[in-house]
Amino acid sequence: MFGRDEKVSEVRLTAAQYIILGIFLILAYGLWKLQVMESGYYASAAEKNRIRNVPVLAPRGKILDREGRTIVDNYPSFSALLLRDSSRDLVGDADLIAQGLHLDPNEVRARVRHFASMPQYQPIFLKEDITPDELQFIEAHRNELPELDTIMAHRRLYPRNGFMAHLIGYVGEVSEDMLNQPQFELYSPGDVVGRSGVEFQYNNLLMGQNGSRQALVDSHGREVGRLGETEAVPGKQLKLTIDIDLQIAAEEALAGKNGAIVAMDPHTGEILAMVSGPSFDPNDFAVRVSREEWNKLVTDPDKPLMNKAIQAQLAPGSTFKIIMSVAGWQEGVAQTLHVNCNGGAEFYGRRFGCWVKGGHGEVTLEKAIYQSCDVFFYTLAEKLGIDRIAKYATDLGLGQKTGIDLPNEVAGVMPSEQWKWQTQRQKWFAGETISVGIGQGAVAITPVQLLRAVSTISMGGRMVVPHVINPTDMPPGFVEAQHYTEVKNVPIDPNGWTFITDAMSRVLLPEGTAPSAHIPGIDIAGKTGSAQIVSLATRARFKNSDDLAQNGWFVGFTPRRNPDIVVCVLFQGGEHGRLAARLATQVIKAYVEKQRRTPQKMVEKPKTGGTVDIGGLWTEPDSDGDKETLQGGRFVLDLPKKPLAVAIAAPGLHQ
Amino acid sequence: MARYVSYRDFDWVLLGFVLIICGMGVMEIHSATMHTKFAGAHVKQVYWVLAGVGAMFLVSLINYQALLDQIHWFYIAGVGSLMAVLVFGQKYLGARRWIKMPGGNHFQPSEWVKLILILAVAKYFADMRERELSWADFMKAAAIVGIPMLMVLKQPDLGTALTYLPIAAMGVFLGGLQWKQGLAVALLATVGLGAVFFIPRVHVLKSYQKQRLTSFVDPELDPQGSGYQVEQSKIAVGSGGLWGGKGSQTHGAFLPVPQTDFIFAAFSEEHGFVGALGVLLLYFIVLMRLTQNAQTAPDRAGTFVVMGVVAVLSFHILVNVGMVVGFMPVTGIPLPLMSYGGSSVLFMFLALGMVMNVRMRRFVN
Repeated sequence: MFGRDEKVSEVRLTAAQYIILGIFLILAYGLWKLQVMESGYYASAAEKNRIRNVPVLAPRGKILDREGRTIVDNYPSFSALLLRDSSRDLVGDADLIAQGLHLDPNEVRARVRHFASMPQYQPIFLKEDITPDELQFIEAHRNELPELDTIMAHRRLYPRNGFMAHLIGYVGEVSEDMLNQPQFELYSPGDVVGRSGVEFQYNNLLMGQNGSRQALVDSHGREVGRLGETEAVPGKQLKLTIDIDLQIAAEEALAGKNGAIVAMDPHTGEILAMVSGPSFDPNDFAVRVSREEWNKLVTDPDKPLMNKAIQAQLAPGSTFKIIMSVAGWQEGVAQTLHVNCNGGAEFYGRRFGCWVKGGHGEVTLEKAIYQSCDVFFYTLAEKLGIDRIAKYATDLGLGQKTGIDLPNEVAGVMPSEQWKWQTQRQKWFAGETISVGIGQGAVAITPVQLLRAVSTISMGGRMVVPHVINPTDMPPGFVEAQHYTEVKNVPIDPNGWTFITDAMSRVLLPEGTAPSAHIPGIDIAGKTGSAQIVSLATRARFKNSDDLAQNGWFVGFTPRRNPDIVVCVLFQGGEHGRLAARLATQVIKAYVEKQRRTPQKMVEKPKTGGTVDIGGLWTEPDSDGDKETLQGGRFVLDLPKKPLAVAIAAPGLHQ
Repeated sequence: MARYVSYRDFDWVLLGFVLIICGMGVMEIHSATMHTKFAGAHVKQVYWVLAGVGAMFLVSLINYQALLDQIHWFYIAGVGSLMAVLVFGQKYLGARRWIKMPGGNHFQPSEWVKLILILAVAKYFADMRERELSWADFMKAAAIVGIPMLMVLKQPDLGTALTYLPIAAMGVFLGGLQWKQGLAVALLATVGLGAVFFIPRVHVLKSYQKQRLTSFVDPELDPQGSGYQVEQSKIAVGSGGLWGGKGSQTHGAFLPVPQTDFIFAAFSEEHGFVGALGVLLLYFIVLMRLTQNAQTAPDRAGTFVVMGVVAVLSFHILVNVGMVVGFMPVTGIPLPLMSYGGSSVLFMFLALGMVMNVRMRRFVN
């Protein structure tokens, strides 16, 4: 026992001191071993052992047409980059680097500062797609500027002269704004990503996954070995539904003009061609577009960056009369309506003129369609009222996005009483309905909407989702592609759509509005339209300036029954629909001629018994029993398991 | 009884050496972070040191004997705060170690629990009246340290949990550990470690902790992980040579976190064997001076408090410098007084405050 003041064992305290001394001697020995005995080995290890992370860039997937022909390819190009782990004064070297790479030294310094907070092993990209003499400069200055390095990257090669530019889109370095958005969180600064069109829409498929290589480099920046490499996963090759032959025809048709052409397979919604004019060259955007060039494109009144096929919202003009006809037929009004057109008519105390000053005389639905009689449709509109018109137009997809797989599609406007109240807090005036009857007034739609609406009518109510990629070609579980195969059924009376499409097939005949677009031997049903962008009176005040010229429209399909292709043309400033019709028939002609050249397999025999699918056409009397109409259908036939016995010789021989 | 304390009895010599070490740390932090995103960390470190010196003076004013009388309350509060971390703590990089305080600061209770343990162990052994330790006393002492240690292990923070061990070891050793007991504990520790490593069902250590330890044994197994870090650290130290080099390992970012855990490697690279040995000598002087203060303490409790600080400081130096020269695995234990970081600096100065406290009362009673 001892008291509180008794000291701790002196021996043990001394022992603790010796233990501490022992620890320090061991540590000092460790330092001696490393720094004195083996310092030569470690000094050379420090020289040699430098690991650099070099990204291995994944090539972006190619973009192909429906037959596998290349539309967008890659080509190898070199980029200059700055490595930061070489203990060099990057800011001090900026002048020489800038001189050799033809850059602004301040920009180089700004970039170094901008990336200062990034991990050291991530190089800074200085200049992309460097020229051979810049590459030569980097090779020649390996010793003076060890921090400079090059990397080979695959760069996008787009078709020339803006061919298909709006549909394909372009790529560019990921922007700061994009990095802040959750859907792009996996992108890192410097990544090249799609910025518009298909490149944007399917960026995740096209982009692939960058790999990286841990390279061992010596103090002069020479690679002396490799630690490991994670390989880059190339982006997926994307097959579009576009047919290059048709696209070429459409591009040629719209060359030098303002507007859009879209062609679609009405059975599937596959877009066969899509052009918007004027165009731009996406090759200029492949890396970074200069400010002046960008400003020029953005401020151009013809809006070259806009994909007018899905982004132009304009009055459809007389093409809207097809939708009016369907609405009128479904309501049981149009088929019995007789109108006497004397060049205009008065509604609600105001005179509405017909485009034919002398008038069309006695007009029924059929003549009203192929001669595009305004008075007939004014009268029909008055009888239907705006809400019934809006109902059918909305059912046919007007005033809504079609859901096409391209970014920034716009919805347009299909006016109704409710719409006017919601947007303007104003009551609908009955007079406005009359203008809507001929596709003027507040109606604003996109070419692709009109295309889909007419496609639906031509298919007897089968409404598809337009799309530019093949949904079956997508990776499993790619949810986006699922809805492109959705089909909606819009109820349309079969007698109605056959009557209306028959009338449409006379539009290109001598009695129609566009006889000059007629092509012998091809059965085209369509409708022209000319839409004012300002009233005729206003236009006269501006001395009929071309800027205010009417927009020409045409939407048509071939053949009349069970069509293979629907084409919609918007010809801005085209004055009259028949000019637009001529552009459309050029595309249709290219399609039909290609079909005629290509041998078709009529029936493919399945490998193992089962069934075959055969299409057929025949005429049959109507329910009234007096008129024969053309009918079409598909038959599923059972194939016999055993082939039928075929005679190899006359009976009685070779027994 | 005169309770006269004066700053004449304050250990100015000790403070001087401590500040020299801090100065070396600040210099090295400046040099190692110059071109990185941590640039300017040395200025913050100066503020932490100044705050630490202030805290040290404050702690030296409170009579440690009064603190010891209330130690059970501190102990309960300490264990409670560890509990709070396990329940409410901020999860960061897979571990729950911090509590977010109002004002955006993060508080890591495992650091101040270290101080409480020094006092608690001191109190326990000071009150003991036997010259030799019984097994029951031994188990009680083990429990005092073991409970918070297990809680810190649960966070998981192996490094900090290990720093509690030397407090217990020093207490037990000075408190009268018998040879038999020492042997038994050593045997048990060997068997326990073996079990942790070689029996697959025992999940005491997280897989990354095991990996750190195995890659210490064979760095080639894991060239980019902690084995890589040790390798880079050895290259840094070795390439420093006798007089120091240009420091390409440090500035080329090959050395991981050169301002915190690997600051001694960065220092050794830039100042060579001579500089590194100089710093070790400074630490040795500080430790010897502390031991001297332990010997002149007014009572048993004072000796135990000071020796507790000595134990923690020696252990930190052993593990950190040992890691830097490749003798020890990577455990994330900083080098006291030199490594960048507020918690570590504040802990050291609070501990020194307690030492000053004991010293200033050496002629009292």
